Amino acid sequence: MTTQMFGAPIRRKEDPRLVTGGGRYLDDLGHDALAAAFVRSPHAHARIVDIDASEAIEVEGVVGIYVHEDLPGRVGEPLPLLIPHPTLTHGRTGYALAKDEVNHVGEPIVMVVATDRYVAEDACQRIRITYDQLPVVVGIEAARSGELLVHDDVPDNVAAHMLQEVGDVDAAMASAPHTLTLDLDIERSACMPMEGKGVYARWDRDRGELRMYSSTQTSTGVRAAVAAKLDLPLAKVECIAPDVGGGFGVKIVHPWPEEVLVPWAAILLGRPVKWAEDRREHFISAAHERGQLQRVTVGFDDEGHLLALDVKLWHDNGAYTPYGIIVPIITSTQLLGPYKPGTYRCEFWSLYTNTVLVTPYRGAGRPQGCFAMERTMDAIADELGLDRAEVRSRNFILPSEMPWDHGLLFQDGRPLKYDSGDFPASLAKLKDLVGWDDFADYRRQAEAEGRKVGLGIGCYVEGTGVGPYEGGHIQIETSGRVNVSTGLTSQGQGHETVFAQIVAQELGVRMEDVFVTTGDTRKMAYAVGTFASRAAVMSGSAIALAARNVRAKALRIAADALEVSPEDLEIVEGTVRVKGAPATSMSLGTVSVLSNPLRYAFDEAAKAATQFAGTFDPDKPPVADDEEPGLEGKDFYSPTQATFANGMHAAIVETDPVTAEIKILRYCVIHDCGTMINPMIVEGQVHGGVAQGVGGALYERMAYDESGQLLNASFMDFLMPYASEVPTIEADHLETPSPLNPLGIKGAGEAGCIPVSAVIASAIEDAEGFPITRMPISPYDLWELRRRHADGEIPSLHRTSRTTSTPSTSSKEPTA
Amino acid sequence: MTDTTPATETLHDVTVSVNGVRHSAAVPARRLLSDFVRHDLELTGTHVGCEHGVCGACTVLVDGQPMRSCLMFAVTAQDHAITTVEGLCSAPDARTVPTGESMNPVQQAFAECHGLQCGFCTPGFLTTVTAYLEENSSPTSEQAREAISGNLCRCTGYQNIVKSVLRAAEIKAERAEEHA
Amino acid sequence: MKPAPFEHHAPLTVEQAVSVLTEVGHDGKVLAGGQSLIPILNMRLASPAHLVDINRVAGLDTVEVTAEAVRVGALVRHAGLERSESAYAALPLLRQALVNVAHPAIRNRGTTVGSIAHADAAGEMPAILALTDGVVEVAGPSGTREIAWSDFFLGALETSLAAEELAVAVRFGRFPAGTGTAFTEAARRHGDYAMAGVGVALTVADGVVSGARASFVSVTDVPSVLDLGPVLDGVEPGSGEWDAALDTAAEAVRGHVDPEGDIHASADYRRMLVTELTRRVLPQAADRATTPAPNAAFDRGSAVTTLSSTSSTAFGGQGASHD
Repeated sequence: MTTQMFGAPIRRKEDPRLVTGGGRYLDDLGHDALAAAFVRSPHAHARIVDIDASEAIEVEGVVGIYVHEDLPGRVGEPLPLLIPHPTLTHGRTGYALAKDEVNHVGEPIVMVVATDRYVAEDACQRIRITYDQLPVVVGIEAARSGELLVHDDVPDNVAAHMLQEVGDVDAAMASAPHTLTLDLDIERSACMPMEGKGVYARWDRDRGELRMYSSTQTSTGVRAAVAAKLDLPLAKVECIAPDVGGGFGVKIVHPWPEEVLVPWAAILLGRPVKWAEDRREHFISAAHERGQLQRVTVGFDDEGHLLALDVKLWHDNGAYTPYGIIVPIITSTQLLGPYKPGTYRCEFWSLYTNTVLVTPYRGAGRPQGCFAMERTMDAIADELGLDRAEVRSRNFILPSEMPWDHGLLFQDGRPLKYDSGDFPASLAKLKDLVGWDDFADYRRQAEAEGRKVGLGIGCYVEGTGVGPYEGGHIQIETSGRVNVSTGLTSQGQGHETVFAQIVAQELGVRMEDVFVTTGDTRKMAYAVGTFASRAAVMSGSAIALAARNVRAKALRIAADALEVSPEDLEIVEGTVRVKGAPATSMSLGTVSVLSNPLRYAFDEAAKAATQFAGTFDPDKPPVADDEEPGLEGKDFYSPTQATFANGMHAAIVETDPVTAEIKILRYCVIHDCGTMINPMIVEGQVHGGVAQGVGGALYERMAYDESGQLLNASFMDFLMPYASEVPTIEADHLETPSPLNPLGIKGAGEAGCIPVSAVIASAIEDAEGFPITRMPISPYDLWELRRRHADGEIPSLHRTSRTTSTPSTSSKEPTA
Repeated sequence: MTDTTPATETLHDVTVSVNGVRHSAAVPARRLLSDFVRHDLELTGTHVGCEHGVCGACTVLVDGQPMRSCLMFAVTAQDHAITTVEGLCSAPDARTVPTGESMNPVQQAFAECHGLQCGFCTPGFLTTVTAYLEENSSPTSEQAREAISGNLCRCTGYQNIVKSVLRAAEIKAERAEEHA
Repeated sequence: MKPAPFEHHAPLTVEQAVSVLTEVGHDGKVLAGGQSLIPILNMRLASPAHLVDINRVAGLDTVEVTAEAVRVGALVRHAGLERSESAYAALPLLRQALVNVAHPAIRNRGTTVGSIAHADAAGEMPAILALTDGVVEVAGPSGTREIAWSDFFLGALETSLAAEELAVAVRFGRFPAGTGTAFTEAARRHGDYAMAGVGVALTVADGVVSGARASFVSVTDVPSVLDLGPVLDGVEPGSGEWDAALDTAAEAVRGHVDPEGDIHASADYRRMLVTELTRRVLPQAADRATTPAPNAAFDRGSAVTTLSSTSSTAFGGQGASHD
């Protein structure tokens, strides 16, 4: 057997290139390209009365200035509504360049193409636009009231209203011994990849072919969308995702206006054109997420078992809905986490506001759902005077109950059916890691020193690896080089490495001989994209299946050549050999030579494959009837449903008694994404997710004023955490394999961020003794809550009036 | 706002030593050093993440000191020595790794410790840490964390970057020893 | 985000710089470190027609220590002043404050005089100039003049520097023997502009306080100094009446400051914060007043911690526990 590759913490194949300046991101390409820049709306809601570009056109270096009227045919039609869910009765999308009306600050109105970006911006500055301002709807409460409308033809600002119910919630609620109602609030944040979006297009006039590069999470999606918009045959459009500097969701949306306009301009002008989004553009014209108001009513028994869960969500979808209502659907279904709700009803309204659109950001609605469920769990525990972990444990779906069908439809329209997971084991591991049972003593000690500390917990289940499919293609060259391609794209997840590990393992080749290409429509035309923690599950499985096909073919050819049975062969480090007689062997490179009989001898390897080399059976064709030339294989993976990963986090926080500064003292993670391909990479994903979660819990918010201006559209005021704000993350893993795919894997990309707001809220609440219902929370927010609590506006938790459990004299400090 | 675009912008001859090589180009006064390095010299290893000096992705070494290249004009860099991520590969303590690239200790440590994911912010970290280790060759993990706290990364949660700084110090010491 | 075009001037002497400034008047801006100016230019929030780049002007890059003051030239970078051992020995407050200015890469380029001339109430160094009773040395068409800090700062981002004048240096005044200083601030993230900050200088003679003053960051329109002598003089640090005196001092601060609210914190929160920071920072200054020589390592090490350093945490989160 070859060295175990699958499951090993192999160093990344990407890194030697990326640490030496060899990465090629979008704006590293096309030094000869013209630059595009945009005039974007400074108003949140306005009618465009007049656009005067006369001064701008005078600027030396300007090549073209375009407004909506200039856009021909489909280029000027509304952008597509990508996921047209039946309940999205009032879906609306914008135009590539605004037509008559703008609905959020940042909406593109004019495109300038010039010799470089400096000049393009000079011209933008000289374009005068006259607006008639319209009333502005900002915030969920304003949208919900329906007094003012974002779109005249969308009553009450409701894009979609959806209801799912399992069991008789009203009856169960009516007969429940206890009920509670919680009103919760989560604010907006955003993906904020370090590289903004970007598009670069070249038109080959002679061949009538478009090559475009986009910093995207789906190159096949962009290709198809652009071909449709520009009325080009798919065969005449190529789209390549180069190195992409982070995505986290925002780059799955397509086509962005610029993805249509830049290729269109490149064709029109017959010159390469490039647009690299700057940071301000990314803030005001890309996408945000998270903003929701929630009302949870829960019925439960004396032991804390859920009997009825009735949830209402009001989701802020921004000005348009190109990505449909995926986010609130996920919130409403994934909210249930590892628990059995008894009966469940979830109703949501997806609402328009005059703000930039809302599309999935890592977690994609799950952090909000987890917040609702976990705040509820803490409230039940407090109401009954029970340990918070115990209440959760009593409601767990047990391993013996898997697969568990919640009776709901998930985001892909397929049943919400958990495939596997061991929640009690995860909880036990978490309690050990954080020192759950010792915390009461630690708290007493801290209180004696005048310090306020709190312990928080949050659990989640994450549907990962949704379909419809991904593919893998593998081809082995005569040199032994193994080329692997899959169509979905990479934004830092280490796909070149993990997919190579799968191939090395399945095929029996060395890591260094495997070369993976992702997100290039020239190499793999059929693909969906990178989202929903699906790359490892979908492409990983497809590549494993493709590798098995190639292996079988290699063994067939080698068996024929070595005159043994394929069953007697093995492949070790790129050599096919007879088991137990390794001297009888041939390299995969040689097998590749044999797989492709040649007429022309262009090198030594080829010479060996020509028709006059060696002996052959004159009665057989050079390529067998049921074979194709070449040592290659391809396969696709298309599962019937998502696979469900899970995890549990706990944190200890300290709050400053005077200034309300909040400090995370410890952050502990138990994570179960099934079988791990590369634990080092999985852990890296968890770290990054937790850090984004910490940002969303304590630092990041989108501060819109009532006129719809984003007040903190810069890294100075949108507080993404630095290293100084992210705690040390202590992570441990559980591996409950998925029965659904050939590798037993589940997705890991989004997990880390999902429960963080819930966990931090839980811990702060525990430290402060009053409920925390709104996130993120800043020191100032907490200080205000304390004031309101002191004034009697916010009730205390019940636990503050109960005596604590038996004090113990031995106090073990939870330590990192 | 004053409209001051001259009919033709005056170009300035700028000569800068970048990674030990003298480069000259005629650029407008407003050309940011980041754009000069990336687009005029086509050294695209230096990345631009915010253009207001907060993210640190564009950090280069100016006469050995980390500075934001998006907050400097190329004309102001006249006669100074700039080191970009590409230049770290030819640092005196760079060594060729098995994959064929030449890496300084910091580059090697980031690759060893999974100190990067998408790699976009990485060049700014590498230059920053390279200069930091010249000042403090054996940082504690707390100091390592502080040393990188002026650079934003959205992928890693910084955990493995802190590890990379500590590992880089080790590699640097090992190489210094083998050199001695 | 690219700056609008401008004409670049690169004078080699102070005289040339003043001459260009005189010529371009209000259309011109001085470029030294540019760490505050260039972000504004990149965002096109300002588009001056002329930039007078003083980086090649000779003689402006020195730090001089005299018996009375630390004199800092207009091209001395924050990092240069922060690292200057002679400046630190003469006036430890400089380093105590400088480590809070943004991040090292910014301090490597940004100049101390530039940040004072920028006159941002959220900047640390204007407050330090005030606390040290400092002076700005100015060169203009009719020669040089000195402007006392109290006459220099007129309002937010507004100084008494004329368009044709160049700030060539500042002098931070030294404190009498037996003075301890301390600086602290609270920012949302390490390195951000502070929500509130305070620097104090406290002199101890014969075991009791004989002079104390404070100045503030982000909570006053312009740098201002509050004389805490009336409430602290005569009190022995650490004595029975010390705590009460600190409370009174904190209350004096509460009355003195006049913060504004923004998206990060309300005015009330800032007022509370600066009051509490003063309460916490005064004992540090008192300790240093009674400790002979400044300990360089100690002060460097305190860079990252703001408020947290003064609260007692048993196990320090933030990665500190793995040392």
